[in-house]
Amino acid sequence: MFPESFQVHVAPAVNRFINDLIAAYAPVFDSISAGILSFLLTVNEILLAIPWWGYILGVALLSWYSSKKVVASIILAALPFLIGMFGLWGMALESLSIIITAVLMALIIGLPVGVLMAEVRIVATILRPILDGMQTMPSFVYLIPAMMLFGLGRVPAVLATLIYALPPVIRLTALGLNQVPKPVEEAALAYGATRWQLIKEVRLPLAMPSILAGVNQTTMMALAMVVISSMIGARGLGQEVLLSINRIDIGRGFEAGISVVFLAIVIDRLTQNMAKRWEPPKR
Amino acid sequence: METPSEAIVIRDLWKIYSRKKDLRISSSDVENEERVEELDKGEDAVVAMKNVSLSVNHGETFIIMGLSGSGKSTLIRCLIRLVEPTSGEIVVNGENVVAMRKRELVDFRREKIAMVFQHYGLLPHRTVLDNVCFGLKLRGEEKEARRAKAVEALEQVGLKGWEKYYPASLSGGMRQRVGIARALVMDPSILLMDEPFSGLDPLIRRELQDEMIRLQKEMHKTIFFVTHDLSEALRMGDRMAIMKKGEIVQVGSPDEVIANPADEYVAKFVQDEREQLQRAERALTKEQMGKEAGVHVS
Repeated sequence: MFPESFQVHVAPAVNRFINDLIAAYAPVFDSISAGILSFLLTVNEILLAIPWWGYILGVALLSWYSSKKVVASIILAALPFLIGMFGLWGMALESLSIIITAVLMALIIGLPVGVLMAEVRIVATILRPILDGMQTMPSFVYLIPAMMLFGLGRVPAVLATLIYALPPVIRLTALGLNQVPKPVEEAALAYGATRWQLIKEVRLPLAMPSILAGVNQTTMMALAMVVISSMIGARGLGQEVLLSINRIDIGRGFEAGISVVFLAIVIDRLTQNMAKRWEPPKR
Repeated sequence: METPSEAIVIRDLWKIYSRKKDLRISSSDVENEERVEELDKGEDAVVAMKNVSLSVNHGETFIIMGLSGSGKSTLIRCLIRLVEPTSGEIVVNGENVVAMRKRELVDFRREKIAMVFQHYGLLPHRTVLDNVCFGLKLRGEEKEARRAKAVEALEQVGLKGWEKYYPASLSGGMRQRVGIARALVMDPSILLMDEPFSGLDPLIRRELQDEMIRLQKEMHKTIFFVTHDLSEALRMGDRMAIMKKGEIVQVGSPDEVIANPADEYVAKFVQDEREQLQRAERALTKEQMGKEAGVHVS
């Protein structure tokens, strides 16, 4: 066995740090929490205001508009209908509102950071290991500080989801910006583009497919996290899964699980098709 | 100030690329001959351009010729500081380009000079029309005005009706026509062309050369033209300079260069052309003699 005398623990220090943080900045966290909650509630309200058939029609039309495939669009639109048939419609909307909130926040933070990462080398050097850490850290670990700082429920779920889902947006934005062909950039500069014009007119539009791939990945990761965050009391499909595990109710777990999969398929297809539309035309 | 007959004056221009991050090369390195030699031999730096001095007159087509790696692309990029020269002076229409600040440089690039690239450098996500508009947009011109100008420029290069297409659906020759239209629409006094026709097949290349010659007859721009193709240089150029390993080895009219190559390098360059000339001459004389003989028989 590893000698006990060599053991050094950082756990007390981490605990103390979090405790001090809460003690010192409780009002700050409270206001952040309130802000996120109101954002979340707005999203939720909008989602609830749309009738159930609106979703099905919306998925069908969006899918048809972006892919022009009729059969695929019908199948895709049938998936949310199935979720409704399992009686999980409300849960699915609950999950969706957390996902949308987290993804929107991830984009608001991630896009500018991604641009910064592509433009300033030092930012990239510092950020890369942090992003690696954010992605490889077991996602359960985020739940503890999120819960301690923001209590139980949906707000810490959004934050944990945000941390987990943020890296792909940042990474793929930076990647897309750096992949712009050199001759195109050089030509833009030769015609008098400023640094900002170069980003706005050339690099961002050309990076769009890569950025949207990042949005897609972020959404998928957020979806995975939504199930996990049910452990800190976020309602939604994850809660159903958790409940079924506790009661060893395989059938119920299957319904909830497959609903998560359906949700994932719908979001994945829609965002991927959108990404394709942004690619520069091949002919 | 410069005499007005000269559009571009280049004096003692140097470019030394550093290959190591912490190796900063400045004009003081250039002044020291031993230091330059040391850098040239070492692995840490590349001396791309040595002591280049040139002057280009208004309205002439000036050709820079050399093999790849001879520094000609570096030279043309220095003129609008896409590459920062290590030391030396560049004066364009009386303005010192090297001394320009960021903002001045942007204005200079927008107003005075336009460039055509070997790899076109078109924006794949914009239509042909929007590509031609691009420079005008950067300059801040009104949408209607720039569209009208772009349509006209496209007509000039023979691409009327292609406005709504994307670059990906055009052939290489057509893409370069867009590249030329994009430059012409800026109405610059100086046109930089960096091997614009090198990537095209011979027939299209010739077609575009003719097109440029025709346009130049109407426009009388100062054209700074880089190429590695001697026949292109001979067709297009009023005067030419030949570069070798970053230095200019000869400047003169195409005829002078062919007749009196300055050294072996230039001689090798023009050898093909001379051989072809001789061969064509032989063939023509044969034909002539054949005809004459034919006349006798009949």
